[in-house]
Amino acid sequence: MELDPDERAMLNGEEGPAKQVAMDLLIRYAEALDADRLISTDNVAGVPGAVNEFLENYYGGESTSHDEIFSRYDLDSDRVVDVPDTEAGATRLQGKVEPKHWDELGTDQKNAELDRISEEFAADHDVEVLKTCTPYHAGNLPSYGEHCAWMESSAVVFINSVLGARTNVEGRESTSAAMLTGKIPDWGLHRDENRYGTHRIEVDVPVDDIMNWGMLGYFVGKHIQEDIPVLIGDYGSPSRVEHKHFGASAATSGGIELYHVVGETPEAETEASAFGPNEPEDVYRYDKEARREVYDELNAVGDDRDIDFVMLGCPHYSIEQVREASRLLEGNELDEDVELWLFASRKVRDQAEQEGHADVIRAAGGKMMTDTCSSMSQAVPPETDVVALDSAKQVHYLPAIMDVEAWFGSTEDVIDAAISGSWDGERP
Amino acid sequence: MTDETIVLEGRPVVDGYIEAEAIVTDETISGWGGVDPEHGTIIEMRHDLHGESFTDKVLVFRGAKGSSGWSSVFHTTRLADTAPAAMIYEETTTKVALGAVVTRVPAVTDLDEDPTEIIDSGDLVAVDGDEGIVTITKRAGSGDGDVPE
Repeated sequence: MELDPDERAMLNGEEGPAKQVAMDLLIRYAEALDADRLISTDNVAGVPGAVNEFLENYYGGESTSHDEIFSRYDLDSDRVVDVPDTEAGATRLQGKVEPKHWDELGTDQKNAELDRISEEFAADHDVEVLKTCTPYHAGNLPSYGEHCAWMESSAVVFINSVLGARTNVEGRESTSAAMLTGKIPDWGLHRDENRYGTHRIEVDVPVDDIMNWGMLGYFVGKHIQEDIPVLIGDYGSPSRVEHKHFGASAATSGGIELYHVVGETPEAETEASAFGPNEPEDVYRYDKEARREVYDELNAVGDDRDIDFVMLGCPHYSIEQVREASRLLEGNELDEDVELWLFASRKVRDQAEQEGHADVIRAAGGKMMTDTCSSMSQAVPPETDVVALDSAKQVHYLPAIMDVEAWFGSTEDVIDAAISGSWDGERP
Repeated sequence: MTDETIVLEGRPVVDGYIEAEAIVTDETISGWGGVDPEHGTIIEMRHDLHGESFTDKVLVFRGAKGSSGWSSVFHTTRLADTAPAAMIYEETTTKVALGAVVTRVPAVTDLDEDPTEIIDSGDLVAVDGDEGIVTITKRAGSGDGDVPE
């Protein structure tokens, strides 16, 4: 591997032991990828120093310093180093603990406290604590062509595809090392030649809300897996929120990290520019039958129509989505046996408080939450057997994690179910 | 019946040498939400290894999918002593590469044939992560699509 002089200096320990072990990890990782070099980044999103009881106990219990956990786990180092402030611009993503309602989510005091300490550790090292899977709804919008190092598959696919920024799906260890060094392997989607489309998706049914974009994304991920789909057809002009649900689904049923929507996304002005030198390897058609198959798959673990719980905010809701939820809930009350939790970033939640939407949602019986979601925190209300969700990603994960039945539908379907207490979503 | 031996050559990912029984899937594996790291089992519903443990086995799989927590989940299997003995995968992504690095088990990829087609669950597999060589001893009856009991 070729190293620039600044990278070599870090590897040799000239910039201190933390950057040395971080560089060592990045090089092991780059070699595992077969990358030739590293590239500079000033926008890193990860979970530096996040700790739970398992990790704390593993590393020696309460006497463990946070530097020890960061060294041994985040940097995969065999020695403990003093952790300096982040070198690159850095964002702390979502976690497993709700900061205000942790008790209700079944988190014990110990883990709530550990989460608070982790957050302090990040803030003390100049990391922006956004605590969301949607930093792009909370002020971190990378620019076109900007090299980033982000975790969170739904955020990665969003900034690559919708903003034209460049990142692979990074992990906790690589982002923590990137924060300290400002470096990441120059591999995959950082490079022009790897950003062209590989498969053509012909969209033959109207796709015009988050439910339908979510289903289309699930279809695309399932068939294309890790490649780069190019969508063409009958989709109108997707909003940022629709893009978010499409990408989150495609990154769940498959490993989609970049997609192109002809005429809509920045690297797909035309079909020709989206494919560049590539010929489509395959063509898939998304028609009524395909849509019905996806719907049935996403509803395969729904049986009992008696709903106990509705979770909104996977990925974290934008302010537009909070507004829509508040409009649908206004003047209504949740069924007495149903709980509704809405997850958003702290910034979106604060805006919802200022604009009055949060009061409307609470007046109907819903709860405004931040930082996490049901899958991440492994939390649903007590006695929950059946949930209703407007997110294909959440319906993919939650039944496996919490052993519950789940229904998938539109935002309106799931809020209707929260009010009536029973599932009445329509099969398309 | 004499044991059949097959040698595949590929690219080393993580150093080390180990011999163990294989567990094979031609599907990708979802880490976070797809694996229970404290028990070393696949928990993704509808996965062909659903409910099975990879602990101390050579995990042969197509690649990684899903959440970016992939590396953390496999990193945690190392701490929980539930990690696979080695990893052999077909498709390189950042998730699987970083996951293999921090799991610190011998790992090989880019083999001259698709390992998920050549290796069956139950075969004895030697993984040489220094040289990128995989040696497979077929378990009698494991070929021809038979699933070993």
